[in-house]
Amino acid sequence: MMLDEPWALSPSVALRPEPFGALAYHFGNRRLTFLKRPELVAVVRALAKQPDVRSALANAGIPTSQHPAYVEALRGLAAADMIRPRVEEPR
Amino acid sequence: MTTTRERPATGSLVQQFEYGLDAPICLTWELTYACNLECAHCLSSSGRRDPRELTTEQCEAVIDELQRMQVFYVNIGGGEPTIRPDFWHLLQYAVDHQVGVKFSTNGVRITPERARFLASTDYVDVQISLDGATAEVNDHVRGPGSYNMALTALQNLADAGFRDAKISVVCTRHNIGQLDEFKALADRFGATLRLTRLRPSGRGAEVWDELHPLPEQQRDLYDWLMAHGEDVLTGDSFFHLAAFGEALPGLNLCGAGRVVCLIDPIGDVYACPFAIHDNFLAGNLLTDGGFRQVWQTSELFQELRSPQTGGACASCSFFDSCRGGCMAAKFFTGLPLDGPDPECVQGYGEAALAGDRVVPAPSQDHSRPNATRNQPVMLQLLTRPPVSACAESPLAGFDPEGCCS
Amino acid sequence: MTPTASTPLATATQAATDTAGEPLLAEDLIEEVSIDGMCGVY
Repeated sequence: MMLDEPWALSPSVALRPEPFGALAYHFGNRRLTFLKRPELVAVVRALAKQPDVRSALANAGIPTSQHPAYVEALRGLAAADMIRPRVEEPR
Repeated sequence: MTTTRERPATGSLVQQFEYGLDAPICLTWELTYACNLECAHCLSSSGRRDPRELTTEQCEAVIDELQRMQVFYVNIGGGEPTIRPDFWHLLQYAVDHQVGVKFSTNGVRITPERARFLASTDYVDVQISLDGATAEVNDHVRGPGSYNMALTALQNLADAGFRDAKISVVCTRHNIGQLDEFKALADRFGATLRLTRLRPSGRGAEVWDELHPLPEQQRDLYDWLMAHGEDVLTGDSFFHLAAFGEALPGLNLCGAGRVVCLIDPIGDVYACPFAIHDNFLAGNLLTDGGFRQVWQTSELFQELRSPQTGGACASCSFFDSCRGGCMAAKFFTGLPLDGPDPECVQGYGEAALAGDRVVPAPSQDHSRPNATRNQPVMLQLLTRPPVSACAESPLAGFDPEGCCS
Repeated sequence: MTPTASTPLATATQAATDTAGEPLLAEDLIEEVSIDGMCGVY
């Protein structure tokens, strides 16, 4: 379940702020995705620092009722390789 | 004076884009007006180098600025960009500074060695121009030997392992019947086919009446794209065909001055590469404080990012689909910008073309003054002189054979 | 939080929409655009 997994922005992706959110460009596959809400941008930027997606959503103040939509959006980003599962270092 | 609309907080991407962005999504940069060819329809009227061309250092400064603005991708063209001696240096400079490049070329410098270099370089895409699936059709417009040159370049790229080059075709009356052959060519070289719209821009103004697709051919093109759209690119240049029914893939909006623009060889910034004319000149990056300054603050771009009422088209039931068509196509055929596109699929364009209009004189012309051996037959056969804004007859430019099907 | 909203008014309007019970869809959050999918680039 994605909510319990650690994720992060892919290394080949650049995020460019826009008035309404951000432009995400993947230098490798040349895909271009617009993040249409600043809240989503905050979530995506927070992913790498949070233990899992659920924490990133909570940290960005996303109401629980909106979590399914956000998870679906994150799955869309994952499908374009904009975000990747984070491989945790063994302790 | 234009009123500034408040950008909505939500809404579709297209609605957001109509207000413009702080930086273009991607842009076209013509590096030189010099060209080894003399294509009849050249949108930038290229041939001779302009002595005011940006220097290597000035080009590097542009790339630095694009990097700062996070413009991730630029389409480099010309003229023929590869005949600039510093082309390969600038290419490397761009990719080293987080600016991906696709360059458009007629293939003249794509030797096996250069092809191997390109195959080994990330973040570079190559687009070969071709306007006929046979030498007969292609060379009529692009000049003798140009077909062979393009195919040689494609073969060199394929041999070197370069993946997914683009073949870019401008759709004309003479090549609309060759769409399947174009696709076969692309498949043969492991390339992707790109079909784009002929605009009456540059030298295109003089040949547009003879060369632009006929109404039934537009329908054929639309049907073919709907059937093959998955594998074929269009640069969203056929958004005016959306009025046939379902929109083709793409944003389906005019990006000029909102999400795209042109930087020309002397640093002039235009709304779009199909609109190289004083009317669409936003400024010059050398004299107006740099590219970012021009993009973000020029009066022309502010106007383009403010309410577009649609004028005469707004009452047409298809206006939401086609958005009134292409600004450049209207301008260079002497039609009003708030009226129908000359190729309006509902036929309103034909009626407008038949009425009084004055085709604007070009602002500039970089064509070679004397014909070379590369001159295409089409230019040789052109007996009608270019219409100028000084033409006295209100019917100047009206071609009884060309405009109605 | 990434400050991308252009005005405080825009942010307030956004928050109101989201919490007003309107269903939020993934399409409201992301949209992919082809790098070749905008007119005016050759």
